[in-house]
Amino acid sequence: MSSHATAPVDPNNVVLWDYEDHGHDFIGTRSIGFWLYMMSDAMIFAGLFAAHGVYVHNFAGSFTANEVIHPINALWPTLFIFTSVLIYGFGMVALKKGSRSGVINALLLSFILGVGFLLMEYREFSELAAMGAVPQVSGFLSDFWVIVLTHAAHVFFGLIWMAVMIVQIMTNGFTQNNVYRLINLKLFWHFQAIIWVCVFTFVYLMGGI
Amino acid sequence: MLVDLQGPWSPIFGRLGLLLDVHYNNPVIFFAFQLVVVGGALLAFWLTCTNRWKWLWKDWLTTVDHKKLGIMYILVGLVMMFRGFSDAIMIRTQQAMAVGPDSPGILGAAHGYLPPYHFDQVFTAHGMIMILLAVTPILVGFMNIIMPIQIGARDMAYPYLNALGLWLTVVAAALVMIALFVGDFSHAGWVGLTPLTELPYSPGVGVDYYIWSIQLGSIGTTLGAVNLIATIIKMRAPGMTWGRLPIFTWTTLASNIIALTSFPVLGVALGLLTFDRYVGTHFFTADLGGNLMMYTNLFWIWGHPEVYFVVIPAFGFLSEIIPTFSEKPLFGYITMVLASMAIALVSWTVWLHHFFTMGASPGVNSYFSIATMLVGIPTGVKVFNWAFTMYRGRLRFPTPMLWALGSLFLLITGGMTGMMLSVPAINYLVHNSVFVIAHFHNMFLLIAYASFGAVAFWWPKVFGFRLDEKLGKLFFWLFTAGTLLVFIPMYTLGFMGMTRRLDYVAHTSWQPLLLLEMLGIALYTLSVLAFVAQLAVSIRDREKNRVTGSDAWETSRSVEWMTHTPPPFYNFAVTPVIHDRDEWAWRREHGLTSLVPDRYLDIHMPKNTAVPLIIGMLTLFFGFAMVWRIWWLAAASLIAIIVVMIIRSFDKDTDYIIPAAEVEKMEQEILSRAAGATGDTADAPIGGGAGGAYASRHAPSQSRKDT
Repeated sequence: MSSHATAPVDPNNVVLWDYEDHGHDFIGTRSIGFWLYMMSDAMIFAGLFAAHGVYVHNFAGSFTANEVIHPINALWPTLFIFTSVLIYGFGMVALKKGSRSGVINALLLSFILGVGFLLMEYREFSELAAMGAVPQVSGFLSDFWVIVLTHAAHVFFGLIWMAVMIVQIMTNGFTQNNVYRLINLKLFWHFQAIIWVCVFTFVYLMGGI
Repeated sequence: MLVDLQGPWSPIFGRLGLLLDVHYNNPVIFFAFQLVVVGGALLAFWLTCTNRWKWLWKDWLTTVDHKKLGIMYILVGLVMMFRGFSDAIMIRTQQAMAVGPDSPGILGAAHGYLPPYHFDQVFTAHGMIMILLAVTPILVGFMNIIMPIQIGARDMAYPYLNALGLWLTVVAAALVMIALFVGDFSHAGWVGLTPLTELPYSPGVGVDYYIWSIQLGSIGTTLGAVNLIATIIKMRAPGMTWGRLPIFTWTTLASNIIALTSFPVLGVALGLLTFDRYVGTHFFTADLGGNLMMYTNLFWIWGHPEVYFVVIPAFGFLSEIIPTFSEKPLFGYITMVLASMAIALVSWTVWLHHFFTMGASPGVNSYFSIATMLVGIPTGVKVFNWAFTMYRGRLRFPTPMLWALGSLFLLITGGMTGMMLSVPAINYLVHNSVFVIAHFHNMFLLIAYASFGAVAFWWPKVFGFRLDEKLGKLFFWLFTAGTLLVFIPMYTLGFMGMTRRLDYVAHTSWQPLLLLEMLGIALYTLSVLAFVAQLAVSIRDREKNRVTGSDAWETSRSVEWMTHTPPPFYNFAVTPVIHDRDEWAWRREHGLTSLVPDRYLDIHMPKNTAVPLIIGMLTLFFGFAMVWRIWWLAAASLIAIIVVMIIRSFDKDTDYIIPAAEVEKMEQEILSRAAGATGDTADAPIGGGAGGAYASRHAPSQSRKDT
């Protein structure tokens, strides 16, 4: 084992303790933790999509996929959520410039678009409920409701987070805590958009054909 | 209500009305209840008499210190292990009593003393508790205590999150314990067999207890995994490169990568089951498009990696214990790292071997058979590495080493029976027999052995005094005798065709072996007493057994032995610089064992906080409310959790600075105490005394640099 105590060491000239106190990059540490959390969140959706592959044809003699899924229903929410993500991105540019009002305005607009997304989903699912296509009807509908609404729950929590951030930036400005939270929320907001791409593709486009 | 519930439901009390129908006349449960109540009362009495409530609150309940959180994790694990062991005694006594049509029955049972429904709850609780609430917290506890010190870190990456993870684990344990007295527990096996767990087949609250306990606890484990991985990536001391990480830290990383990726899948499986039971969806029902094999798939996609989540840290323990008592560096460091990672990877590809007999095609079974056998390669590499570490080593056999060697034997027998089970043809024969049970207990006992070894190995580091060796060895031998007497007969019974989960044994010819198992469980019981006695005697004699230096075993190798014993709450007064894979051994060989730096620096530390405890309490309310379908309480606690989190996010006063002068004062106090202790003993200062270079009387390896 070459690394074990073969080279001679001068005991007077060896640095044993680190006095520089390099510290640890606060924001970097927080970001990597959030990336790791998102890995686990991605696994939740991986499980759900795997289940979707099994349930996608289990209509149980009830509604078939193209009776309840219309890709157009998902197109408008898609535009809303993607615009929201884009505007959040503008907010991050404003953060780099140190513009407090820029960040707050972007967050506000992003928030409103997110709410719009949820309202459209609400409309879609209340229509489904009105026509009797509720999750209790078949394995397929159970899966459809759960997979789309799990994503909606992510959007919902993202919106709560966004509202809190607006208040925190208004009261505290760009503190270290707020900056790392903005960066993590950016990751989260992009993440739910990426999941929406998968929902749109695998559930709406492939299901609506 | 979206589903048809049997029995009463009210908007205020939910299903608690069910309790009115329960007759609390079962002496078994009554005894357990008395035990818990009396134990709790005695504990409260002791705390009050010794005036320790404040101490409990300040030093433990609100702490964010990773070492204390780790100790509490292990404590929870040991308590739950005792509970799971009590369940095991009940299973064994029932099976030994209920043999043959002539066996008598008492307490309302036709045979033995446990009616089938009660027996089913007992084995479900035993499995679920032992895996998720005993072994897992003990291992996570060790990762919490040891890993950050091993990488020269002052704390975990997220101390607050760490505390939250602990309290969620406590919530899981609390829900299971509540289920013992309020309502009932799942009767569908620890895997939660669908559609037996569906509402029409399990109309009580048992399965709900099972679901929410695992669900909430596994959120805690996932948070812990995020924390541990981030700590390893971000918090290493200067010089602690990836190539120098101690193997236990590597195994922590491998194991938590598994946890991070697999626990969410369990969350999905249980979540979908929750929807089935609460909302009436059709994921795992037998009709209307449900697919019950989907549950089994999702469950084991988590369940098999979970097996490796618990075994890999045990391998890490062995990799620390064996080199220390062989006085040699670990053989094949790189292959050990690769083997850990390979096991973590392969663990993901084998889940289907849990249901070879479901009727998959030969192609599918062959694939999973071969994938399962592949696990043997990296595991074999590890066994050979440990063997070569011992080869020509200067071996000593204190209790940790005995446990480590026992662990190796169990790994070999468990591994070989695992290889047998990985052959689908054999699996068709022994499927659901107690041969399978013996195999996986064999593997879990390997983990238990390694963990008891780790307890003995790191106890002096954590508490500053050694455990009693004589009683420790008695514990080891009684436990080993118990293991042999329970599980050799169980393997045999498996070959004879005895299936698992029997509350009544039809074949009288199996009785001799069942009685032999009974003898084994009696020895296990004695070993538990020996363990308790060992702890009691060691705590009584703690002054006599105090460790004078930083290194309790005098031949330890890694960084955790490079700080005081027990470590101060800031771990290292000044962050160490790492020069070698076995830094402490390297410093010892070069006479650089002084723990006194040239000067001290300010230390930045997180403040104690009650928020994780509060969130834990609210989560317990939430879990209890969901089990009993008290919707208002569930909603209120969920909203309260979110509100508490938001309020906490506005708290700017979460850290503080210890000035350098104060650090120096505390350090000198520790050093003078250590010097005083050394002066009293006749022995030469050993184990990295406070004052500078020394040569351990157990470390002649300086003159033996040859091999």
